[in-house]
Amino acid sequence: MILKANWKYNLCWLILMVAGFYLMNTLILVGIINSFLENMMVTIGINIILAVGLNLVIGFAGQFSLGHAGFMAVGAYATAIMISKTPTAGTFYISIIVGVIVAIIAALVVGIPTLRLRGDYLAIATMGAAEIIRIIINNLKITNGPSGMFNIPQFATWPVVYIMVCVTTIIIVNFIHSRGGRAALAVREDEIAAESMGINVFKWKLAAFVLGAATAAVAGSMQASYLQTIAPSNFNIMESIAILIIVVLGGVGSITGSFVAAGILGVVDAALQNFGALRMVIYALVLILIMIFKPSGIMGATELSFKRLFNRKNKKVGAKS
Amino acid sequence: MTSLLNVEDLVKNFGGLTAVSDVNMHLDDDELVALIGPNGAGKTTLFNLLTGVIVPSSGSITFRGTDGTISLNGMKAYKIANLGMARTFQNIRLFKELSVLDNVLIAMTAHYKEDFFQSVFRLPRFYKTESQIRKEAIELLKIFELQNDLDKLAKNLPYGIQRRLEIVRGLAMKPKVLFLDEPAAGMNPEETADLTRLIRQVQRDFHITVLLIEHDMSLVMNLASRIYVLDHGSLLAEGTPTEIQQNKAVIKAYLGEEA
Ligand SMILES: Nc1ncnc2c1ncn2[C@@H]1O[C@H](COP(=O)(O)OP(=O)(O)O)[C@@H](O)[C@H]1O
Ligand SMILES: [Mg+2]
Repeated sequence: MILKANWKYNLCWLILMVAGFYLMNTLILVGIINSFLENMMVTIGINIILAVGLNLVIGFAGQFSLGHAGFMAVGAYATAIMISKTPTAGTFYISIIVGVIVAIIAALVVGIPTLRLRGDYLAIATMGAAEIIRIIINNLKITNGPSGMFNIPQFATWPVVYIMVCVTTIIIVNFIHSRGGRAALAVREDEIAAESMGINVFKWKLAAFVLGAATAAVAGSMQASYLQTIAPSNFNIMESIAILIIVVLGGVGSITGSFVAAGILGVVDAALQNFGALRMVIYALVLILIMIFKPSGIMGATELSFKRLFNRKNKKVGAKS
Repeated sequence: MTSLLNVEDLVKNFGGLTAVSDVNMHLDDDELVALIGPNGAGKTTLFNLLTGVIVPSSGSITFRGTDGTISLNGMKAYKIANLGMARTFQNIRLFKELSVLDNVLIAMTAHYKEDFFQSVFRLPRFYKTESQIRKEAIELLKIFELQNDLDKLAKNLPYGIQRRLEIVRGLAMKPKVLFLDEPAAGMNPEETADLTRLIRQVQRDFHITVLLIEHDMSLVMNLASRIYVLDHGSLLAEGTPTEIQQNKAVIKAYLGEEA
């Protein structure tokens, strides 16, 4: 029953993803998207992966984490180190998996003690944990310390990033709409009620946190191999805050919102590239305006849904007859 | 055979205040028991102790599980819940921003499995499980006439309906014991009569034990086969509705002040 009702929506999403890919491909071929715009699009893609993952943790599981950049660093360095040594596409894909695994381990180590904390305490603890990851990278030889790594081979072209955006988003959205995701939502809504319903609150907090960290590592791998240069300072607290800003701007608890906000901020950022310091002022101004006029973010908690679009159409048809 | 739930010399102190004092009680299979007492008597605190939301200062709580008697002292609330203890809350604790259906599905979390890869890659097995549990949830919602509100957010339901949804959510856990904390609070006489009928119906149909906190005496006298009376944290009396109505101490401490 559900299977039949859902293939239609799944097909719509698939068509949208494929169409987006070919649109992008065509626009690049005919030269409408030049290398500057392509760069902007890839940056937006990487930010989408980051924001969607953080939104899972903050918006859906309700855990205020401020350490997302730390897990991103894990993925970035896993890829940078591995493909600098063995520059093959195979190594690149293996390095993504290695980054994800290391990030999962790091998320367990960070999450198990800190997810018992609440609110501000959790934010500070995760921020500290990300800082520790950065300092470790800063002091290792294999990561080339504070000066970072250069000339990393470029395997993360825009199609790879595009596919990774699709894959990570599908995983997270499908997780949200399943047993585990519903348990995470229950935790966000009311921990005492969730616990009284037989839900192991800590376990599902941790699951969301780990899944968010795993996708952040993927984003890190993409960044390292696309930009071809990374340094520990790329993954400091400002990066975590930048990801948080996308989530808040788009709407805490709206994956669609994270897409929209990453897109808008990516364009604004690119358009203001020549404005230097003024850029940060405009950036801040946009945020302040949003917070004043739409504190729940651009999308609030609503999502783009083919199911709802179809239902609306059906209702209109029904009303006419 | 031992009782399903056994409480011995249970005490809970909040600083200097003894909210529950040396309570002894038991619940048997398939019975409907009421817990009454004036405001502040410690009824909700007793529920919180039994469901593991708070930890007793002393005393013991034991539960007859499938393989022997289990001590619930200090056990985590979610584990107690999964032994078969469901509850509602006096100050309604629905998942407000979630749909009616999701509220019920969440309560079923422990009763079905969904592999991470199955759900994330939407394998056929996932859809099969989902449609199965949805069907179960909707069956339950039907009993409480909530089947037409599946997609409504819990917070948008009228107060009385929210209380009903909390009961459905409890039943979705397939409990052995259901604790209801003032389920008729804030309802009009008609709604209360309706609820009384429903509680009796589900207790019989599902063969569960219900422990009910209620102020509405007509509801209690109608439903309960046994009544515990709590006053200032201590048990004042225990007995059938008729015995309780005639109990001098109860009349003095509780019924008397209302008459
Ligand atoms: N968490 C708590 N901390 C301190 N005092 C509490 C707490 N919970 C309940 N109490 C006190 O315990 C007493 C019993 O409360 P309660 O169990 O809610 O009574 P009832 O449900 O019978 O109306 C009250 O005096 C209340 O103020
Ligand atoms: Mg109470």
